Amino acid sequence: MAEIKLTDLTKSYGPTEVLHHVEGEINDGEFIVIVGPSGCGKSTLLRMVAGLETVTSGEIAIAGRRVNELEPSARDIAMVFQNYALYPHMSVRENMAYGLKIRKLSKAEINKRVEEAADILEIHQYLDRKPRQLSGGQRQRVAMGRAIVRDPQVFLFDEPLSNLDAKLRVQMRLEIRKLQQRLGVTSIYVTHDQVEAMTLGDRLMVLNGGYVEQFGTPIELYDRPASVFVAGFIGSPAMNFLPATAEEDGLLLPSGIKLVAGLAQRGQVLLGMRPEHLIPDAAGPIAIEVEMVEQLGANTLLHGTLSGTDHAMVASVSGHVSAEMGTVHRFAVTPELLHLFDPETQKRLEA
Amino acid sequence: MLKRVHFPSSPLPYLLVAPQLAITLVFFIWPASQAMYQSFLIEDAFGLGSEFVWFENFEALWADQHYLDAFLRTAVFSLLVAALSMGVALLLAGFAQRVVRGAMFYRTLLIWPYAVAPVLAGALWVFMFNPTLGIFPYFLDFFGIDWNHYLNGNQAMALVILAAAWKQVAYNFLFYLAAMQSIPNSVIEAAAIDGAGPGRRFFSIILPLISPTTFFLLVINMVYAFFETFGIIHAVTQGGPGSSTTILVYKVFNDGFVGLDLGGSAAQSVVLMVLVIAMTIVQFRYVERKVEY
Repeated sequence: MAEIKLTDLTKSYGPTEVLHHVEGEINDGEFIVIVGPSGCGKSTLLRMVAGLETVTSGEIAIAGRRVNELEPSARDIAMVFQNYALYPHMSVRENMAYGLKIRKLSKAEINKRVEEAADILEIHQYLDRKPRQLSGGQRQRVAMGRAIVRDPQVFLFDEPLSNLDAKLRVQMRLEIRKLQQRLGVTSIYVTHDQVEAMTLGDRLMVLNGGYVEQFGTPIELYDRPASVFVAGFIGSPAMNFLPATAEEDGLLLPSGIKLVAGLAQRGQVLLGMRPEHLIPDAAGPIAIEVEMVEQLGANTLLHGTLSGTDHAMVASVSGHVSAEMGTVHRFAVTPELLHLFDPETQKRLEA
Repeated sequence: MLKRVHFPSSPLPYLLVAPQLAITLVFFIWPASQAMYQSFLIEDAFGLGSEFVWFENFEALWADQHYLDAFLRTAVFSLLVAALSMGVALLLAGFAQRVVRGAMFYRTLLIWPYAVAPVLAGALWVFMFNPTLGIFPYFLDFFGIDWNHYLNGNQAMALVILAAAWKQVAYNFLFYLAAMQSIPNSVIEAAAIDGAGPGRRFFSIILPLISPTTFFLLVINMVYAFFETFGIIHAVTQGGPGSSTTILVYKVFNDGFVGLDLGGSAAQSVVLMVLVIAMTIVQFRYVERKVEY
């Protein structure tokens, strides 16, 4: 079992720096999800841990051992790739046994481990098939099987579910989580899907443009996003942002309305409100002119603008709500659920 | 089943394929049928008349020990040419794929030999291996090897094999490189994480995955060795010394245009034609079906 420590990790391709001073400590047995938009460097970070990319500066340590210079095979890790990367000319059994054969394990031991993994993943009936005879979900299982037979210290997942259909993705997500809890192996999982990230991770590392925006539990990220980026990235539909002025007697919204809140801040701020925190209230201070209604069944999304301005707003209301285009709906919001950000630094301001 | 699509009939499609058809007719169908016809004839010694003899020419071929020797020689020659050129190409492609800097430069250089005409390639090797002037015999002398391919049949054979294989390396290299590049990188990376070193990855992952290309190239190289090496042999050894480098295609030329046995020569070329047709059928039938993983 192993903990992973990333110290001042930087990656450059020529003069272009793509990861900037990444810091992070991952505890033994923890499931960490690295999440961010495409091109944020999350896969690069994972591949650096795997040893498939070189480290420009800084240090990666697995179980207290510096691994920067070690070959991937010497790091005692297993990786599940986005396209599964199964060996197409080998049967499922041979795929799983390949790494064990290289380690010169005995035939009996290899057989035992492959059978165990096949039991866990319920892929017994496919053991003698070739990868091309399997469906996407089955290939995914085989790829995981190949990872777990090796009994590594660390699992690395590089967007393993992005090639599956939506239903299967949800199912596999749960299975991966259960498997990881059962085996207790430290895992790093890369995804761009924030729902996947929220449901899987013990902790999330949000990357943006090569910088770590925030590293914390899913609920921390949701309740106290450290920056405008995290606030907008975590949660669906995304948070509403309004420029506002913090004055002595409250927050002045662009619509000219004041939200009463005893704030310590003064001056220009960026106000964030989650759509699901807007509560319908005929006397509420926030008026939204509805432009479009999305019926999702369990709840309804009202898209529109803050009345009298052209700032886009979304409100999520539970149940079925019918709203005419152009009508104005009013909402209230609890002061504790407001988020304030510095418009300059984009960082969170504590109220 | 594909549905038939109906186009308004017009002479245009026929006009467009006409040039290709004309070329095939003039340069393949007509000479091939002439050869076929000729193979049934025996000319008299003065070339004044010919007699239709059915399969007598073919019967004579199978009874001729020289011809059977040439057959065996051709098999050895083409197998060695294919093995050598494919082996070297595979090695080069494996390394070229690992090159990061200046990859285009290396690849361009490696492809150049393919643009050299066979006779020129032959001439190059003749100069390099000339027993009195050549650089290689000079080096070989240090190892106690007395090189003279004008006298030693095995050395002559080795030389034409080298020259023929060298010319084909570029072609094989291109195909192997393309095949290797079509293997997803993550498969190689997965093998690396599984603990396989470069050598093991090459033999247990890359080689099996490019086996369809290997099979395709084997057929192509055999056909090349059968036919297109004529220029090289003509330039390097002219089939000699004795007949130690006379492969089938060279014997066709020798018997027909030097020995003036037109009927026998035509019969030989018909046999060659049947061989290449057989190889092509093998390739079309099996290249996609048999070697699949």
